[in-house]
Amino acid sequence: MSALSFRDVWVEYGDQIVLERINIEIASGAFVSIVGPSGCGKSTFLRMVLGQERPTRGTILLEGKPIPEEPGADRGVVFQRYSVFPNLTVLGNVLIAFEFAASRYLSRLNGAARRAAIKESESLIAEVGLTPHCDKYPSALSGGMQQRLAIAQAIALKPRVLLLDEPFGALDPGTRAQMHALIKPLWRDCGMTVIMVTHDLKEAFALGTRLVAFDRTRIDPQAPGRFGAIVTYDLDLTRDSAVPVLGFSKPLDARIKASQTQGAAV
Amino acid sequence: MRRVMNIAPAPGPRMLLALLPFVLVAFLYVLGSAERRAANPDDKLLPPVGELAETVRRLAAELDRRSGEVVLWVDTAASLRRLFLGLGIATLIGLVFGLAVGLLPVAGATLGPLVAVISMIPPMAILPVLFIVFGLGELSKVVLIVIGVAPFLIRDLALAVTALPREQMIKAQTLGASTWQLAIRVALPQVMPRLIEAVRLSLGPAFLFLIAAEAIASDVGLGYRIFLVRRYLAMDVILPYVAWITLLSYLMDFALARLARKAYPWAYVEERR
Repeated sequence: MSALSFRDVWVEYGDQIVLERINIEIASGAFVSIVGPSGCGKSTFLRMVLGQERPTRGTILLEGKPIPEEPGADRGVVFQRYSVFPNLTVLGNVLIAFEFAASRYLSRLNGAARRAAIKESESLIAEVGLTPHCDKYPSALSGGMQQRLAIAQAIALKPRVLLLDEPFGALDPGTRAQMHALIKPLWRDCGMTVIMVTHDLKEAFALGTRLVAFDRTRIDPQAPGRFGAIVTYDLDLTRDSAVPVLGFSKPLDARIKASQTQGAAV
Repeated sequence: MRRVMNIAPAPGPRMLLALLPFVLVAFLYVLGSAERRAANPDDKLLPPVGELAETVRRLAAELDRRSGEVVLWVDTAASLRRLFLGLGIATLIGLVFGLAVGLLPVAGATLGPLVAVISMIPPMAILPVLFIVFGLGELSKVVLIVIGVAPFLIRDLALAVTALPREQMIKAQTLGASTWQLAIRVALPQVMPRLIEAVRLSLGPAFLFLIAAEAIASDVGLGYRIFLVRRYLAMDVILPYVAWITLLSYLMDFALARLARKAYPWAYVEERR
């Protein structure tokens, strides 16, 4: 339904290489956690899937077709901040997704269509537990509630891929645990592919069915931008597979294969 | 002892403190006026309050002997019409072009530098050109206000649009919004409070351009009257007119501020805290 594949993707900003030789196949319905140190290109990776950025080299395929070069309704997103519209109430923030879809010029719904959209929005809001706050503006909500609202908004149009960019990074541990309890069933029910960038390793392991770590393994002190981050770990976290604790068997194979096909010296 | 910066007046004393300077100015005026009258019974510079009130009554309640109209109201109506037309058109231009320049990189690349250059033209310097091109009637005065105010509004609004978080733009696109939908549902409502603020700040310049244009070529209007009676040193007309203009623009400013808070309460949440 929504498999993603990265074929030899490189990202360079000028002469600085951010990501290099990224070869990943993400199965449809997977929950992939992306971890790595700051500045290693995690968010760049996410932005490429989003269509906000393009790889310098290589291709990204969504369901076998090149990924659209701009953000679209098939890929939802929740950012760490600024994800909701401050000028709309909680209900309005979810409703706007339906209004965008249904009314091309006015982006407003009337009558029965509006009532149906409101009903659907309200059930989404109920799913994330914000029903009592339906008429509040986001500024009146706590950080956790805002993120829950952002999630409700992002899944309203049932995107095939949901991208989470450190969605819980700014939340306190208690709220974060609540959010984990919320997101997992949502993902299971919707059957979408989730890619989550996070700094929190515990979160990455607890939520994901797969964990991908980026890091820069080679650093040239004379030319810090010469080498980009590569995939250093790629762990299968599903219960029925043996979790490769040391993790190196799989990614190493992949890397050897990649370097053989390229003939590049590692 | 608390620091001075931490001492805030309660609502009652705050009102008194606000009134104090006004009372002081009025007092000084009365004092100066009395002093000058004592020295010279024909003094025209600081007419006493009674004389001012009498002139205001004559201007606001009596028909003018020459024109057969009540001068103050005719002047006010003519000036406000020009002002509202000019500001309204400028606001519309500011809104449309500001949104386009801020939202569409192509429009920004095309129009941005042009607007930046136009905004540097001193409007008063091209007033003769406006009189030549648009004649001495209403049009040239309205155009002067538009030319004076619109570039500022465009630039301010474009800045406000570009200052919207990138995340929101992306988010709207992932909800399937087209450029048009994003403009009217995400960008427009969020920059409306800023537009109103910018119009409030433009009230002063707008009145400046209006009165300048009226002073040079007009036969009715607040600015026209002030510059007409200046020849007779008629301070008893000029001072009330100035106070009236000030009151009008203060009320407009106040009304716009209230409108913004009423229509866009979410934008002023921080203020209430």
